[in-house]
Amino acid sequence: MSARRIPWTLLIFLALLPLPWIGSRYQTFLGTEIAIDALFAVSLNLLLGTTGLVSFGHVAYFGIGSYVCGILMKTYGLPFVLAFPAAGLGAALFAVVFGFFCVRLTKIYFAMLTLAFSQIVWAVCFKWNAVTGGDQGIADVPFPNMHWMASLPYVGDLNINGRFYLLSLVLVAVCIAAIGQITRSPFGRMLTAIRDNRERAAFIGLNVRAYELSVFVVAGGFAGLSGALYGIFNRGVFPDYVFWPKSAEVMIMTILGGMNYFWGPTVGAFVLVWLNQEITNYTQYWPAVLGSILLILLFALPGGILGGLARGGAALRRLLAGRGDA
Amino acid sequence: MTASLLVGQFLSGLTTSMFLFLIASGLSLVFGVMRVLNFAHGSFYMIGAYLAWQVVTWLHPVGEAFWPAALAAGLGVAVLGAVVERLLLRHLYGLDELYQLLFTYALVLILGDAAKYLWGTGQLSVHRPPVLDGGFQLVGNTVPYYNLFIIAVGPAIAITVGLVLSRTAAGRMLRAASADREMLDAMGANVGLIYTGMFAVSSFLAGLAGALITPMESIVPGMDVQVIVQAFIVVVIGGLGSFWGTFWGAMIYGQVLSFGILILPEFSLFSVFALMAVVLIVRPWGLFGRPIR
Repeated sequence: MSARRIPWTLLIFLALLPLPWIGSRYQTFLGTEIAIDALFAVSLNLLLGTTGLVSFGHVAYFGIGSYVCGILMKTYGLPFVLAFPAAGLGAALFAVVFGFFCVRLTKIYFAMLTLAFSQIVWAVCFKWNAVTGGDQGIADVPFPNMHWMASLPYVGDLNINGRFYLLSLVLVAVCIAAIGQITRSPFGRMLTAIRDNRERAAFIGLNVRAYELSVFVVAGGFAGLSGALYGIFNRGVFPDYVFWPKSAEVMIMTILGGMNYFWGPTVGAFVLVWLNQEITNYTQYWPAVLGSILLILLFALPGGILGGLARGGAALRRLLAGRGDA
Repeated sequence: MTASLLVGQFLSGLTTSMFLFLIASGLSLVFGVMRVLNFAHGSFYMIGAYLAWQVVTWLHPVGEAFWPAALAAGLGVAVLGAVVERLLLRHLYGLDELYQLLFTYALVLILGDAAKYLWGTGQLSVHRPPVLDGGFQLVGNTVPYYNLFIIAVGPAIAITVGLVLSRTAAGRMLRAASADREMLDAMGANVGLIYTGMFAVSSFLAGLAGALITPMESIVPGMDVQVIVQAFIVVVIGGLGSFWGTFWGAMIYGQVLSFGILILPEFSLFSVFALMAVVLIVRPWGLFGRPIR
C-alpha cells in the first residue's frame, strides 16, 4: 500500500485550485465553506474513526479557535499570520485541560463530559459580554491582509472572496495532509489499536490515556484552526458556533462520508454543505431533511457514502468475476 | 438579603426542580433500563405541549379543558414513543451507542420541523385552569397555586414510580431487564415488550410535563433543545439511571440556578454546567448513582 500510495491530498488540492477562475462566485463561496467544514470533520475523525472516541463536544475547540482568532484580529488588530496559529494553539491548550479529565472516562461518560465542557465554553461565550460580545458575538471580523497576492500572476485578478478561497484551500490542504501523516504514523497505528481493543492495547504496555489525551489535543488544535477560518469566512463569531447541535452536525458529516475512511469526513462535508444549499432553495425544512438523511444512513448505509461505494464496488467485482464461487 | 427574597428564590427554584424532575425521570428511566441516552426526550416534551394546546383549543379555550388536554397530551406522546421504539429504535440495540445517540438526534430534527409545520413558529399559550387561579401570600411573596400544584405533582410521581419499581412484578421485570437483558429473555420474559412499555412510559412523562408547563411558559419552537440540556444536567448530577438520584439532581439544579442568579447573575448558566462537569469528573455515575459495568 505504501509503495504506490496515491497522493490524494495533492490531487484533490490541484483539482480544486482553479475553482475561483472557472466557477461562479456562488460556487467559490460554497467551496470555501466545504473546505473549512472538511478540516473540522477530518479533525473530529481523528477521535471518532481513528481512535474510537465519541466526542460530543468537539465544537468547543472549533468555537475557541474562532473566538481567539476573531478577538485577536478584531479587538487587538493582530495580523492573520499571528491570529491563525494562536487560534490552533488556544484550542489545543483548552483541549489539554478538558481532555485530561475526559480521557479518564470511557464510552457514554466520555461523550457526556465532552458535551459538558463544550456547554461550559458556550455559556462563557454567551455571557462574557466584555470579551466575547455575549449573545451578539463579534461582528465584522476583518479579512486577512491579502494584498501581497496582487503581485502574483493570475491571482491578482481575483476579488477578495476568491483570494480567501485560495488561502483557505492551501491552509486546509496542509492541515489535512498533516492529519494524514499522523494517521499513518506509528502513533496513528497505536490509536487504531486502542480503538480496536482498548484492554489489549493497555495490556501490551501502551499508556492508553496518554495516547488518547495526545490525539484529543491534536484534534482540538486542528478544530481550532478550522474555527478560525470559519469566523473570518462568516465575517463574525457567534455563540452558536459553540452550541451543541453544531457538534452533532459535524458528527453527521463524518459519518455520512464514512468514518472508517480518511476521506470520509471530507466527502460528508461536501455532500452536506451542497445539499443544504440546494434544499434550502426549495424548503425551509432543512432540519427534517437532515434528520431523514441521518435515518437512512443509520438503517441503510451504516458505513457512510464511501462504505456504500466500497461495498458496491466489491459486489460489482464479484459479478464481473463470474459466478465461480456462487 | 431579606427572608422574603430567600423564600422567594427557594420557591422558584423548587418549582423549577420539581418540574425538571418530571421530565428528567423519564430520561433517567430509559437510560437505566435500556442504556439509551434519548436526545428526543425534549422533543417529546415539546410535542406534549403543542398537543395540550391543540386539545384545549378544540374543547374550549377556557374552563377545565386543561385537565383532559394534559392527559391526552401524555397519552398521545406515549403512543408516539411506542411507535418510534417498535418501528425504529429496536433495530439499533446491539450497536455502538454512537448510533443510538444519532438516531435520537435525527428524531430531534424531524420532530422539531414537524411541530413547526403543524403549529407554526409563533408563540402559543394556554390559560391556567380556573381551579388553580390566583395564589397566596408567603413572607411577602405571591405564590401562585399552580406553582404549588407543580411542586406537589413532582414528588407524587416520584413516589408512585418509586413504589412501582420496588414493589410490583412489573417493576421487578424492569430491574431484571436492566441487570441482564439476555438472561431475562432466556427465562421466557418478553423483553421486547418491556422495552416498548418502558419507552412509552418515559414518553408519557415527557408529554405530561410538556402539557403541565403550558400555563407557566409560552410554547415556542426551540423549547425542545432548551429543556433537554437542562434534563441532561439533572440526570448527570443525580446519576443516570438512578431514580432517586434524578430527584436530588433536580433539587440541586433548581436551587443552584435560582440562587446563582441572585449571587452571580452573569454566571448562573456557567455554574450549572460547571457543576455537571465536576460531578462527571469526580463521580461519573452521579452523586446518587452506582457505577455501571
